Amino acid sequence: MINDRFFRRSYIIAGIAILVVFIYLVRLFMLQIVDQSTKQKADSNALVRQIVYPSRGLIYDRNGQLLVFNQPIYEVTVIPREMRHHFDTLAFCQALHIDSSYFHTRMAELSDRKRNRGYSAYTPQVFMSQLSKEDVSSLSEVKFQFPGVNIRHRTLRDYTYNAAAHVLGSVGEVNQQDLDRDPYYQIGDYSGRDGLERQYESILRGEKGVEVLMRDARGRIQGSYHEGELDSQGTAGQDLTLTIDSHLQILAEQLLGENVGSVVAIEPKTGEILVLASAPGWDPKTLVGRQRGPNYSALLDDPRHPIMNRATQALYPPGSTFKLLQALVGLQSGAISTATLYPCSGPSSTPIKCTHNHGSPVTLEGAIEQSCNPYFWGVFRDILQLHGYGKNNRDFRQMYNQWRDDILSFGLGSKFTDSDVPNQVSGSIPSAELYDKFYGKTGWKAITIRSLSIGQGEILVTPLQLANQAACIANSGYYITPHLVRTDSTQRDQLSSNAPSKHHSAVSTEHFAAIQQGMHRVMTNGTGRWYNVPELGMCGKTGTVQNPHGKDHAIFIGFAPLEDPKIAVAVVVENVGFGATWACPIATKIMRKYLTDYCPTSAAPVETNETNKHKHESKQ
Amino acid sequence: MNRSNSIWSSVDWVMIALFLFLSFFGWLNIYGAGYNFEQTSIFSFSNRAGKQFVWLMTALVMGFVILLIDEKTYDILGYVLYGVMILILVATPFLAHDIKGSYSWITIGSMSIQPAEFAKCITAIAVAKYMGRYEYRLRTWRDLVVPFLLIVVPMLIIMVAQRETGSALVFVAFLLAFYRQGMSGLVLLAGILAIIVFVVTIRWSILPTLIILTVIFGRGAWRLWHKPLVHKVILTVCFVVYIGIACGSSYAFNHILQPHQRTRIEVLLGMKDDPAGAGYNVNQSLIAIGSGQFLGKGYLQGTQTKLKFVPEQDTDFIFCTVGEEWGFLGSTIVLLAYLGFILRLITIAERQRDTFSQVYAYCVVGVFLMHLTINVGMVLGLLPVIGIPLPFFSYGGSSLFGFTMLLFILLRLDAARVNKLH
Repeated sequence: MINDRFFRRSYIIAGIAILVVFIYLVRLFMLQIVDQSTKQKADSNALVRQIVYPSRGLIYDRNGQLLVFNQPIYEVTVIPREMRHHFDTLAFCQALHIDSSYFHTRMAELSDRKRNRGYSAYTPQVFMSQLSKEDVSSLSEVKFQFPGVNIRHRTLRDYTYNAAAHVLGSVGEVNQQDLDRDPYYQIGDYSGRDGLERQYESILRGEKGVEVLMRDARGRIQGSYHEGELDSQGTAGQDLTLTIDSHLQILAEQLLGENVGSVVAIEPKTGEILVLASAPGWDPKTLVGRQRGPNYSALLDDPRHPIMNRATQALYPPGSTFKLLQALVGLQSGAISTATLYPCSGPSSTPIKCTHNHGSPVTLEGAIEQSCNPYFWGVFRDILQLHGYGKNNRDFRQMYNQWRDDILSFGLGSKFTDSDVPNQVSGSIPSAELYDKFYGKTGWKAITIRSLSIGQGEILVTPLQLANQAACIANSGYYITPHLVRTDSTQRDQLSSNAPSKHHSAVSTEHFAAIQQGMHRVMTNGTGRWYNVPELGMCGKTGTVQNPHGKDHAIFIGFAPLEDPKIAVAVVVENVGFGATWACPIATKIMRKYLTDYCPTSAAPVETNETNKHKHESKQ
Repeated sequence: MNRSNSIWSSVDWVMIALFLFLSFFGWLNIYGAGYNFEQTSIFSFSNRAGKQFVWLMTALVMGFVILLIDEKTYDILGYVLYGVMILILVATPFLAHDIKGSYSWITIGSMSIQPAEFAKCITAIAVAKYMGRYEYRLRTWRDLVVPFLLIVVPMLIIMVAQRETGSALVFVAFLLAFYRQGMSGLVLLAGILAIIVFVVTIRWSILPTLIILTVIFGRGAWRLWHKPLVHKVILTVCFVVYIGIACGSSYAFNHILQPHQRTRIEVLLGMKDDPAGAGYNVNQSLIAIGSGQFLGKGYLQGTQTKLKFVPEQDTDFIFCTVGEEWGFLGSTIVLLAYLGFILRLITIAERQRDTFSQVYAYCVVGVFLMHLTINVGMVLGLLPVIGIPLPFFSYGGSSLFGFTMLLFILLRLDAARVNKLH
């Protein structure tokens, strides 16, 4: 060994090396083991979670006709940072058919962090959105010339027909409530805003997928992370098949025309709703894409309330159509029999005058045929007074409650809770307590509430309830919950809703034959005879409802054919006049179209009404 | 005994094994760092790993040839090589193109060479030759003037003319060899003190610096109370020099250092928080390493390095890739391999019989230790960003060849020592 004098210095030098490595190992330990934040930082650096939007379920009608589908829309995105060099602004504007001042305004908007909080020059920014295929076609051909420019696509709803807008509802961007309620949603997602789109949102929307992409330091996407191990493709939404018959629905909307009102048709044996039309409505295509916002506001501002689905949300007194239930409850309670006669003094009858000319006394079927007000006042009075008034009005009130329960059993006064029909309202059949409040327990008698006998007064029903009532009569005593979607069992599981169930009315089956006969006579001899199609066995009941808002509401309920009912219908047309003149022809055309697929004057309901009106006004 | 056979039996195979491990593992990580998830072959000459493979093979051939060259060649040609080297270093800035602000690369055809990488080896030979002279004894500071000049000249050329501060700094490592030969440890301490004075003054102010200096030199003055006057004069001069350093620190920091160097130091000292700007490299480097956690993300699975969040990831910041993909475990193995490498170098140095070999060996120790310390310290955010390669790991032919020469000449000298015993 040489230089032994300084030999110890080799240990010092080795010591320095060991110390340096030791310090670095401690540092590594701190960075890699102790500090857990860097992992997350690295991920947020390098990983982009790109949502894969599933295609929303399609909607078909009962005959397999496609009603609602998806149309692709395009977004042009730009990465400002990559546009700095060799970017031909003029050519870009030409390709997008915009002028350069729009380009500069838009770029200034994008980079304004006050208005666009997510701005980054390194990530894609939406330059123009909701463009059609045509809008982007010329750009897509020359896109390679423009660094940083990309075209993304998403889908919007599109519609086969301008029909059933209320039923279908619409799809729009999620709002804050949705975001709070369901963590599934993120800002910018679409969800069903109303109608069935909202009702069946969880089925239609499918499941979003995610692509975990890697982004390099300049924000450019460099492919998928871990070869797509963490990706999920998402699940497309399930399709819905409606119970709606689109041709019948279109016809109903045409027949309503410019009038305000609604048409509901139900297949009695299944509870499937064939038609759920409300007028005025809107073209569903107008609530899509960029026009959705302003168009929706316009609908909200429209004084005729087109947004309201009158078929399920509008409340009307049922008028003369209520006489059918009156008779049924009368038969069930034993207050009357099919042979019971009541006298009618025509216009001089008290306490309610008759508006039709017919003989006296009348039978039950005859009274239905002629819509005789005194007869049904008699029925109502005799039901309520069946056991007299009793002490403190007790027996009378008990009978009233009995009567009310029987009426409610036809599906009135409450929503169909096991139904998928959106936006229902309850309606009301006044309770004894309500009258107690007005008159005191002993202060009201049958005569006090006589308007109820002919479906006026405090009774309020929806057209859907009226149609269901017709279906229940057609079925001789039961109805199946009216519903809009033919759900299969898996879909029902997802919705945790029950199969449409059978509801029996409080009135026994044997009492219905007379009512059905009466309704048939309405069509053959009574107020419905001008629009009858004899070979179809139509049954119906017209109603003309007084209201404080102008002319009477025209109402009609009915079903056909008598022997084997296949369709039950309710029509309400607001403020036009007689039910026989305005509502009846719509209903018969619907039934005829459904039963024979033939409709003579489908395109011109108003003219028909006008001519018939003059012809028959005096006879009503 | 056949002479050439004896070389293979007496060469230090542990050293060669460590060399092979580090350079092949480095090569794998260069492929990893350049890999952008689109598989191209590790051998493809179109990517950096492919090129590095060619250079690695060339380096092995070079090492083999060096082991065959008679060890006396270096002693004989020492000054000639040194002279040629100085000429090349001086010529380089005139021939070089500006690459990221430095003028240290000469392009010959499609190849670029950085002469500074070879200068370390040749300077070490020259220093060893001077100190290994038969009549040379290191007794006073005068004996160190020539060795100092031998290292300062190339250092200044590289720093001033070529603007390669990092490469120039490495020449300081030769002080380690002087220290082993008997240079006072005070020189090293004085250097460390100068750094402390500089950092404290920049970071805080001149006041704490003055307090520190007064305490240290006051203590020195106490100990020198009964020593001759000349010691007291030297001490006083040193004190004045340090006060001068302290006073000059701010000026040097603000006027002599280039702006990017200034911000790098400011970021390191926590005077500036600028993760998107000057601190970007180091911040991303720390994220990359930290996110590797214990076992790492797996080979070729690092996102930080692959996606170019860390600049210079296959050259100066290659250790990031190790940290991210191989985790704490892999990083520790690599660091311990380097430690083993350096300790083995020291062992070899200590068993040399002649001063030439030992001085050369300690120069090698110094260079490797310096590179490891500065490079890893920078990547771990403990030292300012100074761009020098991690030996055998960083991408680049010049540095690989330079380190290979440095190492294999030592191995040849060491093998010859064993032969002399026989």
